[in-house]
This record gives sequence, C-alpha cells and structure tokens, in this order.
Amino acid sequence: MTQKNTATHSHKRRRGISRAELPLHLMLIPGIVIIFIFHYIPLGGLVIAFQRFIPAKGLFGNQKWVGLQNFEYIFSMPNTMNVLTNTVVIAGAKIILNLIIPITVALMLNELQSSKLKRTVQTVIYFPHFLSWIIFGSIIMDLLSPQNGIVNKLLGALGTDPIFFLGDNRYFRQTIIWTDIWKNFGYGTVVYMASITSIDPTLYEAAAIDGANRWQQTRHVTLPGMRMIIVLMMVLSLGNVLNAGFDQIYNMYSPIVYETGDIIDTMVYRLGMENAKYSPAAAVGIFKSVVSMVFISASYYVADRFFDYRLF
Amino acid sequence: MTATARHSSRNRIRESTSRRVFRVINTTVLILLALICLLPFINVLAISFSDSFFVDSNQVYFWPKGFTLSAYTYILTRASFWSSFRTSLLRVALGGALNLFFIVLTAYPLSKSNDRLHFRNVYTWYFFITMLISGGMIPNYLLICNLGLRDTIWSLVLPGALPVFNLVLMLNFFRQVPTALEDAALIDGAGHLRTLVQIYLPVSLPAIATITLFCIVSHWNAWFDGMIYITTPSRIPMQTYLRSILIDMNIAEMSADDYELYASLANRTVKCSQIIVATIPILCVYPFLQRYFVSGIVLGSVKG
Repeated sequence: MTQKNTATHSHKRRRGISRAELPLHLMLIPGIVIIFIFHYIPLGGLVIAFQRFIPAKGLFGNQKWVGLQNFEYIFSMPNTMNVLTNTVVIAGAKIILNLIIPITVALMLNELQSSKLKRTVQTVIYFPHFLSWIIFGSIIMDLLSPQNGIVNKLLGALGTDPIFFLGDNRYFRQTIIWTDIWKNFGYGTVVYMASITSIDPTLYEAAAIDGANRWQQTRHVTLPGMRMIIVLMMVLSLGNVLNAGFDQIYNMYSPIVYETGDIIDTMVYRLGMENAKYSPAAAVGIFKSVVSMVFISASYYVADRFFDYRLF
Repeated sequence: MTATARHSSRNRIRESTSRRVFRVINTTVLILLALICLLPFINVLAISFSDSFFVDSNQVYFWPKGFTLSAYTYILTRASFWSSFRTSLLRVALGGALNLFFIVLTAYPLSKSNDRLHFRNVYTWYFFITMLISGGMIPNYLLICNLGLRDTIWSLVLPGALPVFNLVLMLNFFRQVPTALEDAALIDGAGHLRTLVQIYLPVSLPAIATITLFCIVSHWNAWFDGMIYITTPSRIPMQTYLRSILIDMNIAEMSADDYELYASLANRTVKCSQIIVATIPILCVYPFLQRYFVSGIVLGSVKG
C-alpha cells in the first residue's frame, strides 16, 4: 500500500525501504562485499572442475572446457574408492563417539558430589580443544613414538613389542579416531553439562519421593531432559559425514599409511597444491561440497521441522 | 548448586554399598580422564626444562631432571621464532579487529525483525548459504593468487573476516536486547549506528567477549593458510613455523648456524619448549574462555 508512495520518491530498486531503514541496509554492505569476494567467487571458481585449467590465464580466464573429463580422471584413479572409504569410516566413527563419550562423561560428572572436583575436571578436560592440531599433534607424536614415547615404554614394560601407531595401517585409523576424541570430548561434555544443569530440580525431588534411586533418576529424569539436545547434536553432526579432519590427519599421516588414512581433503591438497592439478582437485572438491550440502541441508531441515531449531 | 546439595543430603541418608562402589569407581574414572588430558602437558613441560642427556635416556617423566633453561634461551634468541611470534600477534590483532567490525556491523541489522528490515530473509540466506557450501581449498587458493594477496598478511585475515557461525552467535544475542531500548534511542533522535554503539554494544559485552576470544584463539591456532599463502620466511605465522619445526623437521631449510645449535640440544627439549611457548597465550586467555565459553556455545548450539 505504501509501496506506491515510496517508490515514487525513492529509487525504484529499493521499493518499500523507508529512509529510517536505509542505514540498516547500508550497514550490511561491507559484510555482503567481503562474503561475495571470499565465498561466492570461489564457489563460482569451481567451474575449473569442468575445464583444463591453466593458471596463467586467471581464475575466470578463457579456459578450455573439457566436460566431465576431470571427474572421469578422478574416478579412474586406483585409490579413489579407498580414500572415500577412509573418509566415511573415520568421520562416521568420530561422529558417533563424539556423541556417546561426551554424554557419558557429562552423566558421570553429574554424579560427582564435590562441585569443586566437578569444576576442576571440566576445566582440565576441555583444555586440549583450544590447542591447534600442530601443538596437540606433536605432543601425541611424541607420546606415541616407537623409540621413546611414553606409551610404548609402558607397553614395553608389559612385554609388548613397540607399536608404530602412526606408521602402521593396522593402527592408524584407530589412533586418529581416539586422539580426536581425546582432544574434543571435553568440549562436548560442557554442552551436555549445560543442558543437565538446566533441568528443573523439582523433577528430581518428585522422582525421589516416588522412590526412584539415583540410576532411575538418571534414566527417567536426566536423560529425557537431555533428549532434545542429544538429538539436535546428532542431527547437526551429520553434516560432517565427509569431514574426517584435515588439520589432524594432514599433520599426523605419512605415505606409509595412505592406505587407511588418506581422506578426501588430504587428497585434494596433494592433487592441487603439491601436484598443481587444479582442475581434478576442484572436481573432488565439488563432489565433497555437493554431498556435504545435501547432508547439512537435510540435517537443518530435520532440526527445524522436528526440533524447532532455527539457526537464524 | 542447591540442587546438588539437596541430592547429596538425600543420598547420605540411604546410601547402599553398591552406590558407594559406583561413586568410588566414577570418581576414579573421571580423575583418570582429567589426568590423561593433563599429564602429557606436564611431561612436555618437564622435558622442556630438562637436560638433554636425561631426556635422551628417557628418564624424564613429570618433573625436570638436570634443570636447565638452555632450550628456552635457544629458541628465544632465534630470529625466526620471534618473527613468527610477531606475525601471529599482528594477525591476531588485525584479524580479531576485522572480525569484530564485520560481525557487529552485520549482526545488528540482521537481528531486526522482518518488518523492521525489508528483505531480511534474502540477506539471511545470502549469509547462511556459505555455511552449506563452499568453494574449498583450490578456488580459494587461486583467488588469493589472482588478487595479489599472496605473501601478505591480508591473505590470512581477509578471507575469514566475517565468520558466519560467530555472526549467528552475535545476532542471536542482539535479538535478546529488548526492542524498547532501541525504540527509545531512535525516538531520542539517535541513528542506527549510534544505537548500535551506545545501546547494543554495552549490553552485549559478554557475547562480544565470547566472540572476541573465539576469534583470537582461531587466529592464533591457524596454520594452513600461513603454509600455502606465505612464502617469505620472516612473514610466516607461529603455528605454521612450528609445523615446519615440529612436524616437518625440514633440516634442509635450516642455515648451518641454526642446524649446529639445533643439533647441540636434544631435539625433544627444543621441541617441547616451543610447544610450551606457543601454548602460553592460550593459557593466558583460558580463564576468560572458561568464563564465557559455556554461555557462548549454549547460545549457539543449544538455542531451542
């Protein structure tokens, strides 16, 4: 109704925007520009996956189009399926364990009587989360070293031969998965602890009056009270199904363990940055982006639809 | 806290043996978990202060043996260590400031309701899509090269200048500010920019603190961009530099002088002292992180 009115004395493109509102739109411009340059342009840059890209001609230069040739090349490489399996197995295990373990630890912490001890344990266990994989990874490499790592010294005392955790295909995936849990379980625990403390204490009193012991209280009050956040975290973590953890694996793997440890991201890195095969690397990137987008969209849809969770 | 007290008094009245056994096991397991997270650092700390002889013969556990500061004097007198430290500090300051500028400026309009900001949904989707899909490593790299940002500090701070997840945290916090405050300011003749600076920012200090800390930590910990974009050794940020020392062990790139010093000390003591020095800044902000981080992640992920 007022549109016709404003349209006459403001610019035609800004129909319906009043003068009082204009500053709000202007404030968005810097953010829009920076996101356009550093997100949307690279997104458009994915076209090089369908080209034979020659860097000298520039990102949007006059490149030769080759259709799906790069994708054919990728899927004809002998280790592609292997890389895909590694990615899904490692990412899947991390997703599952990063749910179960923090929930368990949060429930256990909740049973601690001393709130001082509770706080101390919490403080200590999420510290590793804030370290980079450079720092944490090199500590782990030192601990697990077959020559002088503490772990192998302990195993030696038990009469076991030294295990090369990061250089043996039998152990590499397990090591990657568990060290990731080690670094991150404290962070998840804090999320679940927060949801436990928000449970109405009178529910526990009512349960106790009904004769429920601590275990029954945990089962019938605490867990149902956490249900929403658990399912929500589960749904949202599905978006990571192809994120096996570049930062971690790139710093901890070596050619000996490519068989069990090479993942999509490390493969893209080696293809693109080390061998300068930009187009095939971008093709792998597109594949990963599309699959991830499907999973993330689906998970946000489910979260929105069934749990009334909206990010914005 | 009162709830816990109530539970414990109730439990003291009728505590069975099995319950007591459970509690002992539970406490032990949790203390063990805490130790697993703590002891490696203590080990690293002990090694960094130990004489290399004891380190090489595997005698150092959780207390230094043959106490010495030589590993620290060694790294602290090295120009390459200091230049990387400087680069990282600059990056944290510049990157953090840019992050805050973009986050606050973008979050404020987006926190308005649909009738106060036309096309809000369009804008929201514009930012949200970047969380669903990204170009990935290769196009980003080519873009930085094409823009001529390679080997400059801007290649480290501009691409992530507006972290959308933190934007979401901020705008959800702004949303809780009562609109009455805004209306009063606008009626008094304050513009939006002034309302943002004088009304919104002061009441949002906890959220701003959280987000600042997140940004600082992520800038301090970033290493990958430094590795692919920066080529001049003196401009390499700390974590990238540490990677080359701790993980790559690229002796070929060391000067003869460096190598001699490096070899004269046990590798591990030098490694460990650098780990400690790089961790100190995180330790410094950790108390603050702790204070705000719970409210921060709850704001972001638990918002129902």
